[in-house]
Amino acid sequence: MNVQTVPKSELDSIVVRFAGDSGDGVQLLGAQFAQETALAGNSLATFPDFPAEIRAPTGTTYGVSAFQINFGSRVVKTAGDQPDVLVALNPAALMVNYKGLRKGGLVILDSGAFKDREIKRAGFMVDPRTDGTLKEFRVLELDVSAQALEVAKPYGVSQKEALRTKNLWVLGLVSWMYDRELNSTREYVARKFGAEDPVGLANLAALQAGHAYGETHEISGDVSPVQMPAVKFEPGTYRLVSGAEALSWGLVAGAQLAGLEAVLASYPITPSSPILHILARLKQFGITTFQAEDEIAACCAALGASYGGKLGITASSGPGIALKTEAIGLGISTELPLVIVNTQRAGPSTGLPTKTEQSDLFLAVWGRNADAPIPVVASRSPGDCFDVAIEAVRLATKYMTPVMLLSDGYIANAAEPWRIPSMADFTPFPVEFRKDPVGFHPFLRDPKTLARTWAVPGTPGLMHRIGGIEKDYNSGNISYDADNHQKMTDTRFAKINNIANDIPEQGVEAGDTKGKLAVVGWGSTFGPINRAVQNMRAKGLDVSHIHIRHIWPLPRNLGDLLKSFDKVLVAEMNNGQMLTLLKSQYLVDAKGLLKVSGQPLKIDEVESAIRSHLGAP
Amino acid sequence: MNVQIEPAKLTPKDFASDQEVRWCPGCGDYAILKAMHKSLADMGAKLENTVFVSGIGCSSRFPYYMATYGFHTIHGRAPAIATGLKLARPELDIWLVTGDGDALSIGGNHLFHALRRNIDINILLFNNEIYGLTKGQASPTSRVGQKSPSTPMGSVDSPAEACTFALGCNARFVARGIDVQAKELGVLFSRAREHKGASFVEIIQNCIVYNDGVFSGFTDKDVAAEMQIHVKHGEPMLYGKDKTKGLRLNYKTLQIEAVVVGENGVTAADILVHDEKNRVLAGMLSALRPPQFPEVLGVIYCDPAVSYETQVVAQNAAARAKGPGDLDKLMRAGNTWAVT
Repeated sequence: MNVQTVPKSELDSIVVRFAGDSGDGVQLLGAQFAQETALAGNSLATFPDFPAEIRAPTGTTYGVSAFQINFGSRVVKTAGDQPDVLVALNPAALMVNYKGLRKGGLVILDSGAFKDREIKRAGFMVDPRTDGTLKEFRVLELDVSAQALEVAKPYGVSQKEALRTKNLWVLGLVSWMYDRELNSTREYVARKFGAEDPVGLANLAALQAGHAYGETHEISGDVSPVQMPAVKFEPGTYRLVSGAEALSWGLVAGAQLAGLEAVLASYPITPSSPILHILARLKQFGITTFQAEDEIAACCAALGASYGGKLGITASSGPGIALKTEAIGLGISTELPLVIVNTQRAGPSTGLPTKTEQSDLFLAVWGRNADAPIPVVASRSPGDCFDVAIEAVRLATKYMTPVMLLSDGYIANAAEPWRIPSMADFTPFPVEFRKDPVGFHPFLRDPKTLARTWAVPGTPGLMHRIGGIEKDYNSGNISYDADNHQKMTDTRFAKINNIANDIPEQGVEAGDTKGKLAVVGWGSTFGPINRAVQNMRAKGLDVSHIHIRHIWPLPRNLGDLLKSFDKVLVAEMNNGQMLTLLKSQYLVDAKGLLKVSGQPLKIDEVESAIRSHLGAP
Repeated sequence: MNVQIEPAKLTPKDFASDQEVRWCPGCGDYAILKAMHKSLADMGAKLENTVFVSGIGCSSRFPYYMATYGFHTIHGRAPAIATGLKLARPELDIWLVTGDGDALSIGGNHLFHALRRNIDINILLFNNEIYGLTKGQASPTSRVGQKSPSTPMGSVDSPAEACTFALGCNARFVARGIDVQAKELGVLFSRAREHKGASFVEIIQNCIVYNDGVFSGFTDKDVAAEMQIHVKHGEPMLYGKDKTKGLRLNYKTLQIEAVVVGENGVTAADILVHDEKNRVLAGMLSALRPPQFPEVLGVIYCDPAVSYETQVVAQNAAARAKGPGDLDKLMRAGNTWAVT
């Protein structure tokens, strides 16, 4: 093979990117490989990267679906800046992805898919395998299509079905390359198709054949099995978890800890819908799910449920959250608990529905008519969604307020190994409904939290009326009084600001609590920032990582913490929203590392910014 | 020792809140409010189990004047909020008060879905064919030619017909009444409450400030008998002072005709008999409008079907019948591995 080989310097982690047509089953291939890898005890992070179109025309670049996984024998924090291995199931997948591959990286091609028509359709003028396009990479050409057709023959499945086993054939091969066990995939296939189904059998045969191909063929001499030892994780029981799963389970956990049943009302929207799908199957947990007619109705129904004494939850993404704002305002005015999950995506408007961004921070903190404060919390990783969801429920019920939980498309779809928590380890925060009619009015407040009392319909003697019109501080009746409006506005602010005393002080995730440079992040940028800061510290640079979970109110010590650094760099996937928030709150001269490409932040990008801000080479 | 004391029967007054009513003097809403106070007392409703949910507009202030639970929400969204409340608390008796703008303009979508889902709430649409609280603009039920601040040369907007809309949404209970007809309203409220599923009651309501007299062509005392027909299930559709006028189906045109018994060969046998369960008939009746026809009042359609929340509750119960959820178990299901 006439390829320039650049060996990878460290083999403690490997990034593999699978890419193909959106009908090629690439997401399934990636998810199963991730499952096998997790069971092998490696640390891993995944990045499913797929188009908004369900089945774009075959062979087009905009129909390319990809799944990237970074796995290693050390703790992996991101899905990886650059793939070491690219599996391209057609020319379009190669076109879209080859430029991102590490120099000297391995390209595995399905040569059976490289016909003239497909090559042209992908936008290559000439066959990229022959014109030097791939000269910086190692290339392994295999006719996966022919292999799949051949293997499927005995099962009497259609040619279409046979070709659709390509993903399992590749999975078999890649599993051989990294010494992965195939059992979990075999079980998956048996579960999905049934033990005797010919299509299922063809898929299992393809899986086996791909694996055997690796074992029995000396593949070009360039590819040999790689051993990837297990990571020494903290003791416990682990599983792979996606952000959507952990978030849904966290909402169930939060409701249990509050002693409440919950009503999730949602409207389908990418990338938030999995939360509705997951919770719809958890009715046995006292969760009622309701697919509303629109985003507004979803938020209203959730609020109606809270009025009725259940935990109202609504989950959506940016455009849907925008529609909910008036109802959130009603929740603020009537001081009812409500959890609003915002799985952010790239915008404005429809934007890039399947791509990630963190650009709804302003919407979350300030995006409502009038003075309308609510607490905002953000999750940093798939597993972290569980804890943040519990925190959102705690704040909503303890302070009788809508709370917005910010996740994003990357976190929602990505998966990571997760130490499964035990519910017994969490402290319950049971809700107490008002029962006593003596001295009751609906806007009686807890003197400490300023939370309004929660009296629910059905309770004798506590009949009352609430609504969006300003209420009298002392009776809860309608009031147009000027001083009263000032007092109620001040009280609503004091209630939310006071939460700063009920959340942990801001710590640092890496480095010291003072120094030359703090890199500040929030949400899903945790991985790249943390890895970059640790890498730069290893090179002797004075840099720390601060990662904010409580976006509003901000932790009470955050201003002092930021001021103990000479420089502050805010790294976020938007055009400077947290940056502006911190500047306005603390008058710090912060700078931004801002990225809105629809792709997660890369470690390399953060490292470059750190070097640049510290004047280091 | 526990002594069970039978609570004194509630009176209409017990259903009135202590808040001063702030509608314009002479507003039709007063009569509806009074009718509701009386109806609830007559029906033996419990204060604590009764909830009034409303949107925005004059009519939507209604909950403040009830001594029950109440939620004055946002414009057009009351059906969605009431839906969430009913899903959370199916045992509550939920009433929704809305207006023509609130229900048919900004909230048209929610009304549609609440009705087609057949969730068990009682929807009262106060139709005065005008926006009152925002000072008199044309509404979706305003007639063509209606002059208003927003339509100074007359509205060119084709009006919606509330009961026809409700039937089109697959509502299973559709009725119409008039604000000042307290006795008839009481019957409609009682029927709506009994009906399991979404009940839709349009109440013709006079806005004394911005649209006074718009309904006088059939509500004025001197024309009422000739211009109103109160339909009852199983009874022939006769009206007029002497009950000689009636409604007949023209089988050739498939349209209803207003006829006089004894004239042009019309006999009593020609007169349609009201059938609440006949959807086609209900559609025709709801669309009859004065002055060509009498205003059709009463229960136009009632054909119960299983309500939405009943089915939701059943699914929840079925899921729970397999045992309550165990989160620790759920999270440990599937592929896991132990690190020691």
